[in-house]
Amino acid sequence: MASLTIRNLQKRYEEVEVMRDINLDIADGEFVVFVGPSGCGKSTLLRMIAGLEDISAGELRIGDQRMNEVPASKRGIAMVFQSYALYPHMTLYDNMAFGLKLAGKSKAEIDAAVMRAAKILHIDHLLDRKPKQLSGGQRQRVAIGRAITREPHVFLFDEPLSNLDAALRVKMRLEFAKLHDDLKTTMIYVTHDQVEAMTLADKIVVLSAGRIEQVGSPHTLYHHPANRFVAGFIGSPKMNFLAGTVQGFDGDFVQVQLDNGGIQSVAVERGALKAGERVTLGIRPEHLHVVHGSQIIPATVTAQESLGDHAYVYADCPAAPDGLILRVPEEEQYRPGTALQLGADPQRCHLFDASGQALARVKVLQAA
Amino acid sequence: MTTANMRQIGVGILGWGVALVMFLPILIIGVTAFKTEQDAYALSLIFTPTLDSFREVFERSHYSTFVYNSMAVSIISTLLSLVIAVPAAYSMAFFPNRKTQKLLLWMLSTKMMPAVGVLIPIYLLAKNTGLLDSVPGLIIVYTLMNLPIAVWMAFTYFNEVPKEILEAARIDGANAWQEIWHLLLPTTLPGLSSTALLLIILSWNEAFWSLNLSSVNAAPLTVFIASYSNPEGLFWAKLSAASFLAVAPIMAVGWVAQKQLVRGMTFGAVK
Repeated sequence: MASLTIRNLQKRYEEVEVMRDINLDIADGEFVVFVGPSGCGKSTLLRMIAGLEDISAGELRIGDQRMNEVPASKRGIAMVFQSYALYPHMTLYDNMAFGLKLAGKSKAEIDAAVMRAAKILHIDHLLDRKPKQLSGGQRQRVAIGRAITREPHVFLFDEPLSNLDAALRVKMRLEFAKLHDDLKTTMIYVTHDQVEAMTLADKIVVLSAGRIEQVGSPHTLYHHPANRFVAGFIGSPKMNFLAGTVQGFDGDFVQVQLDNGGIQSVAVERGALKAGERVTLGIRPEHLHVVHGSQIIPATVTAQESLGDHAYVYADCPAAPDGLILRVPEEEQYRPGTALQLGADPQRCHLFDASGQALARVKVLQAA
Repeated sequence: MTTANMRQIGVGILGWGVALVMFLPILIIGVTAFKTEQDAYALSLIFTPTLDSFREVFERSHYSTFVYNSMAVSIISTLLSLVIAVPAAYSMAFFPNRKTQKLLLWMLSTKMMPAVGVLIPIYLLAKNTGLLDSVPGLIIVYTLMNLPIAVWMAFTYFNEVPKEILEAARIDGANAWQEIWHLLLPTTLPGLSSTALLLIILSWNEAFWSLNLSSVNAAPLTVFIASYSNPEGLFWAKLSAASFLAVAPIMAVGWVAQKQLVRGMTFGAVK
């Protein structure tokens, strides 16, 4: 087991800089998830940790050893690839034993390690089969088994569930959580699926355009996003954003005048914020409600989607270029064209300054 | 009879027709080889078969020496080509840089140049290094001649292998040679064997360099055939018998391996 430290890491392809200023500390035994949109560099970062990509600048340490120049096989890591990358001409046993054979382990040692991994993953009855005779889920298990036999200090998973169907994905997700509980090894997991990130991670690293946007627990990222990108990326359906101007301050509250005339109070620390400054108001769909009163956001219903136990109402609002989404109880029905008056608890609202940075929330109501 | 049936029969007849036209020269050689010199000038299929031409051919020359030279030259040059081409294609397929595509095209372009253009320099090089009319000399020339094809084909097959498989092996502790030996060769074996087969056939049939660079000691079967065409006139029956003996081994190999050859040619195209 080992901790992992990344300092000022940089990745360049010739003159093009694709990753910069990556600083990250991963504690021993932690389950860390790298999440971000396609092309954000999450897989590149994982591959740099694995030793499959060169590190252009900065330092990577696993435990207390500098790893920049250490070859992949000597870093004490094991990796599970998105495509599984099983050796197609070898049996499952040989797939899992390959690394140990290369390391010159004795037959008895190899046998014990393979059987142990196969038992953990319930594939011990398939060991003489070839990969093409297996289902997607079974192949995934073999890929994990191959990683386990290496007894690594750090497991690296590169979008391991993205080739599986939805039902199997949920099942395997739970198995990953159990695997981490059983092995208690440091795990780094790359995904673009925020549900996987939220459910599995001790710590989530949100990346965008080759930079780390925020590092924190799923709870922190959801309730205290550091900027508009993280606020919009974490949570489904995504957070509503409304453009407006600071109208004034009232005790702990910042009064925001929205571009369509609506007004909303937000419980954030005012910091350097001044009246008249442009801001973006953020409200999650589950915190936006139909209200009656003086502080309201006017909107017009465009559609309603029912999901059984609750429904999402889509509404147009001139202050929200992407439209608004609010979560309502199943029994509430809104016809397209209905005019709505919306509002949210000030303590559940988020506020972002003109550069997109979040203002610290004063007192946070966490329960939905 | 339906139109579909008619079309099928039409395609069948066309296919057989084309095959027959292509096979005709070999058929004529095969038939003429069993004729007497007098009968050989007639295209008739009615004649008394005789082995006289074969007997004369065996009496006049050491067939086995030519076969030995052909085998040595084509097999060793093929192995050498592959030994050089596999690592080259490995680096081009898995560690490409901006120049890789250009390099591949350049290698192939050397095959487009007429060989006679470099005959004099190569002849002089062979002469000055003492490799003229020697098996090693021919092996070197054939290896160089076939290398672009070998690299190109191996590159194509390696490109079909997912990069992650080799990366997984690298993490498992494999070095470049172990990646090639344990993963790349077994997974691309059908492709590489068809490459080898093609190289053997090309070397076996090569006539330009063998006629120009060998005469007695290193002469392969192509020279053996040519020796039956001389200024005093053509002896069709003997020439046919010699040609028959020259192409028979490689045809037998091709016949046995045709399934493998077809599989290799379509490897990766059909999943």
